[in-house]
Amino acid sequence: MKRSLFTILKNEMLAPATFRMVLGGDTTAITAPGQFVNIALTGKFLRRPISVCDWEGENLTLIYKVVGQGTAQMSRMVPGESLDLLTGLGNGYNLEKSGDKPLLIGGGAGIPPLYALAKKLIAQGKTPSVILGFNKKDELFLEKEFKALGIPVTVATADGSLGVKGFVTDAMPEAGYTYLYTCGPEPMLRAIDGKAASSGQFSFEERMGCGFGACMGCTCKTKYGNKRICREGPVLEREEIIW
Amino acid sequence: MVKTAVTLSGIQLDNPVIPASGTFGFGYEFAQWYDINCLGGISVKGTTREPRFGNPAPRIAETAGGMLNAVGLQNPGIDKVVAEELPKLREVYHKPILANISGFSMDEYVECCAKADASPHTDLIEVNVSCPNVHHGGMSFGTDPNMVYDVTRAVKEVCKKPVYVKLSPNVTDIVSIAKACEEGGADGLSLINTLMGMRIDLKKRAPILANTTGGLSGPAVFPVALRMVWQVYEAVKLPIIGMGGIQSAEDVIEMMLAGATAVQVGAANLVNPFACKEIIDNLPGLMERLGIEEIKEIIGGAH
Repeated sequence: MKRSLFTILKNEMLAPATFRMVLGGDTTAITAPGQFVNIALTGKFLRRPISVCDWEGENLTLIYKVVGQGTAQMSRMVPGESLDLLTGLGNGYNLEKSGDKPLLIGGGAGIPPLYALAKKLIAQGKTPSVILGFNKKDELFLEKEFKALGIPVTVATADGSLGVKGFVTDAMPEAGYTYLYTCGPEPMLRAIDGKAASSGQFSFEERMGCGFGACMGCTCKTKYGNKRICREGPVLEREEIIW
Repeated sequence: MVKTAVTLSGIQLDNPVIPASGTFGFGYEFAQWYDINCLGGISVKGTTREPRFGNPAPRIAETAGGMLNAVGLQNPGIDKVVAEELPKLREVYHKPILANISGFSMDEYVECCAKADASPHTDLIEVNVSCPNVHHGGMSFGTDPNMVYDVTRAVKEVCKKPVYVKLSPNVTDIVSIAKACEEGGADGLSLINTLMGMRIDLKKRAPILANTTGGLSGPAVFPVALRMVWQVYEAVKLPIIGMGGIQSAEDVIEMMLAGATAVQVGAANLVNPFACKEIIDNLPGLMERLGIEEIKEIIGGAH
């Protein structure tokens, strides 16, 4: 964990209400895909936790959805402005359990952390495939970037305007993968759990106070005991989750 | 060189800054950010007899100038705190520890305070009669002068270490509660706990917090806390640990001028893990600018 100032290098709209922010700064505290950063915003008391989409050298990429006043404020920021970040928060995904052919499933704002995960898995010689879920075609983002990694990408849209019509579970194969990595809204995670043919890791969201384990604001019950989503999470093993 | 040391009922603190219970866990989370031995003391997470999961999520909501929490006293229980958490904190920290005790019955307060008092790792017992986020306990003990008096007396009987009672601001007359603590034999007072509040989610048309209400903390409550410390200082002779929205060295001085001997920093720790350290680092420079040689000289200095 580290606290440091980052400079905004880029802040662009990818889809309606979805933005990509590239920041320059010290990324050395980030150790695993699926971790998050906690961003201090002027005039807002609490920080905003945002998952890491990718990091490389001194560049940090976040993709965030405007869901409230804080993220709306972020979307209006311009290159050159700086942000105070806590980095290296949360456990992130464990890559060791992936097997050779892991399946990555992301829904909406849950898609970004799977990008760095896919890159790391490929770097380890695995062959991941990915399913991306959106409500409609207009909301599509990151599909090209995933394809550029040379992995199979399936898109599902709830209204059928692109790819498979329906939810990510409608695009899920019955078998043929070694492990699951997923991130998205809780109803989606639960549906995936109902159809999953392998073990896996699920990334959860919760309202947080601090983001680094001090306030007990985001504790959940698991089969392995109480866990703080910000600290022992946000990634939980499929076997421990109490739905 | 200015002097920042203060004394709480015989316990020497290098400086008056103590992270507040519930915002600092059992300390070692923060030891990863900085050397926590710079702190005046630590008030550890509120502890009950049984382990508690606390309230369902969401437990946190933001508001202008602060936050609401309804954690509900999540803690591993007094036995585990004494056997594991405090020794673990002692591995990295050798300054004063304030054990913060909560309860749902008189028996529970007495048992937990006795166990905390018997631990070689504690220096002061802070009795929380003011948690707004649990039902049939906590705050209900701290809003009735007779009950506060009874809890204070009973706890004092089983404790050798100084007993400080942590008061709720959710009362009509905090002075009558403070006086009840003094009559019951308290060694000091901590004030204030959080103010009860709530937020509503506009889309869901329902309270944001699963517990409906929560405790408001952060800079929004600072003037309320300051006023209550002021009033209590005028009415009782006990030393006061002042808290509520403190986030700068200036706030520390202001709270001490109102009558606090030491202060606690709460919500600020959650948004800036270095909050206490930065306040402590800034204190000597501010004292020099204000012409304060010894910080203890300014306690109650605005009266």
